[in-house]
Amino acid sequence: MTWEILLQILASTARMSIPLLFAAMAGIIAERSGVINIALEGFILFGAFFAALVTLSSGSPWVGLVAAMLAGSLVATLYAILVVWLRADQIVAGTAINLLAFGSTPLIGKIAFGSGGSSPAIELADRFQYEPIILGILLVVIVHLWLHRTTSGLWLQFAGEHPEALECAGVKVRRLRTIAVIVSGATAAAGGALLSIWLSSSFARGMSAGRGFMALAAVVFGRWMPIPTALACLLFGFTDALQMRLQGATLPRMTEPLPVQVIQVLPYLATIVVLAAFVGRAYAPRALGRPA
Amino acid sequence: MISGAASNSGGILRQTLLELLRALVAVAAGLLLGASLTAIAGENPLNILAILFRSAFGTPWDFGMSLFYATPLIFTGLSVAIAFRAGLFNIGAEGQLTLGALAAAVVGVTATGVAAPWSLFLAVLAAMSAGFLWGGIAGVLKATRGSHEVITTIMLNFVAAGIASFVTLEMFRNTETQNPETLPVAASFALKPLTMFEGAPTTVAFFWGIAAAGVVAFLLFKSVWGFGVRAVGQSEPAALVAGINVRRVQITAMAVAGAVAGLAGLGEVLGSAGRFRLGFSADYGFMGIAVALLARGRPFAVILAAILFGALHKGAADLDFETENVTRDLAVVLQASVIIMVCADGVWDAIRDGLRRRRSTAIRAESAG
Repeated sequence: MTWEILLQILASTARMSIPLLFAAMAGIIAERSGVINIALEGFILFGAFFAALVTLSSGSPWVGLVAAMLAGSLVATLYAILVVWLRADQIVAGTAINLLAFGSTPLIGKIAFGSGGSSPAIELADRFQYEPIILGILLVVIVHLWLHRTTSGLWLQFAGEHPEALECAGVKVRRLRTIAVIVSGATAAAGGALLSIWLSSSFARGMSAGRGFMALAAVVFGRWMPIPTALACLLFGFTDALQMRLQGATLPRMTEPLPVQVIQVLPYLATIVVLAAFVGRAYAPRALGRPA
Repeated sequence: MISGAASNSGGILRQTLLELLRALVAVAAGLLLGASLTAIAGENPLNILAILFRSAFGTPWDFGMSLFYATPLIFTGLSVAIAFRAGLFNIGAEGQLTLGALAAAVVGVTATGVAAPWSLFLAVLAAMSAGFLWGGIAGVLKATRGSHEVITTIMLNFVAAGIASFVTLEMFRNTETQNPETLPVAASFALKPLTMFEGAPTTVAFFWGIAAAGVVAFLLFKSVWGFGVRAVGQSEPAALVAGINVRRVQITAMAVAGAVAGLAGLGEVLGSAGRFRLGFSADYGFMGIAVALLARGRPFAVILAAILFGALHKGAADLDFETENVTRDLAVVLQASVIIMVCADGVWDAIRDGLRRRRSTAIRAESAG
């Protein structure tokens, strides 16, 4: 293996892991406050869709990114109403949001683009080049500092560990969780935006491809802490990069290239293995999934 | 919410009626809410619902198609319901049904010498075993490693799709067509469409679904295993104290859920298609979640919910050519909004609590004054 290939894989790893990183930080924010966020997948998809839609019409990826975050926070508000205020089962409500995303993005796409399956291509000049990598690193640092160095960050952790105590201290747990879920939705949608206006050149049906769930696995792997979680995202990004690199490649001592299907399932298998290797429950916020 | 714990006030009949009423309200509200989205596309939502209804139930053929789509949903709905009862969430019905259908097709292609009743028995066994194994993996990971089943089953869905693609394209590919599909199954495996539906591909598999609901109901409510499953689902610590092997329940519940989901593709593989087609499932696994939720994990209610969603699916298929801008994706949106309405069920409790609180403060004010 030459240096060139290695560099390529590293660059590709960085690119593949950043959207996941956004989703995983979104997962940390919601879950630390005590709300399970299965809906990440849906937020990502909505983000990818609205980023493409608005970037196409405005010509600026930044405007597209902001639009995606707005859309994400709007849908997250619905999720927050369901789980925080109506005390709906968080996994069930999250699944509903995911279904909503899967169904409504092609439906709106049909109206907006005339085709349900995908958006027209976004010009290279209108897409992000390297900026998301910087944004991603900043995000991890910000979430880390927020959780550990600010009062509201400590409140957030308490909402997930011991909501009753926080309530006694005069902080409204439900309001805090609502805000956390909305911020989480905006962050995950930003990650989704990167899929359509950075990693590829258009929106495609179901392009989130399980990333929301991978992000959750990364959160478990990172024990709900930003920096270890970010490392887990890098690991998943690496398997993704490796997967793309291996397609069509012939391994030493093999005459034929590996079947493409075997290679494509690598990131998913890696997620399962990583999840199984780390016993998650012991580190989860204690009040996770329990309505206040 | 799903366990449907009987309240101490009122009889079982009243309770059931109340739940049915709530479900109907949720469905109606969900359909209206979802359909109202089409107003953005300049359509009249009521008109859309009318198209849906007509194309789902208009003719015997339409109705047959609705039941054809309902068939896999009964199985996936039951699968999700079984897991629910054990306090687990099976998002992996999609992968389980894919591998179940694939296994049935492989048996149908290779075991050509097996005669009629035994061939079907063999196909059912193969489908159930594949699903059992696939669901069981998630169960084992949950029970022994604490891996959340929602994440593992989603990932296993992708892996199953990879396996199905490999087996179909590299091992049993039908080279006579360009379509990604396996060779056709032997004649002894084929299910004939029922004539009463005038050409719709509805087969006896629909009735297998009804029978499966009966079996699942029996297992859940009349067997020792089902007692353990429900106990774990209602309270894991309590079940543990009662001496129930929680891990075993989790593993077996996921495996059985997988086995039931594995049957979902039979109507297609042995019936209309007569082979395994890659991507034949219109997300039946995910629709099964909606079915199970609406049915609140009750096996016989699953049949009704499956017919409703099957009808939605059939009705929505016609939207593609009966309207300008609304596509069949509306079916998924409608399902989502129905689940959201089922989730918003908490509104009732909130209203009731509000009333109760107001009444109790009134009484307190009275007694104080």
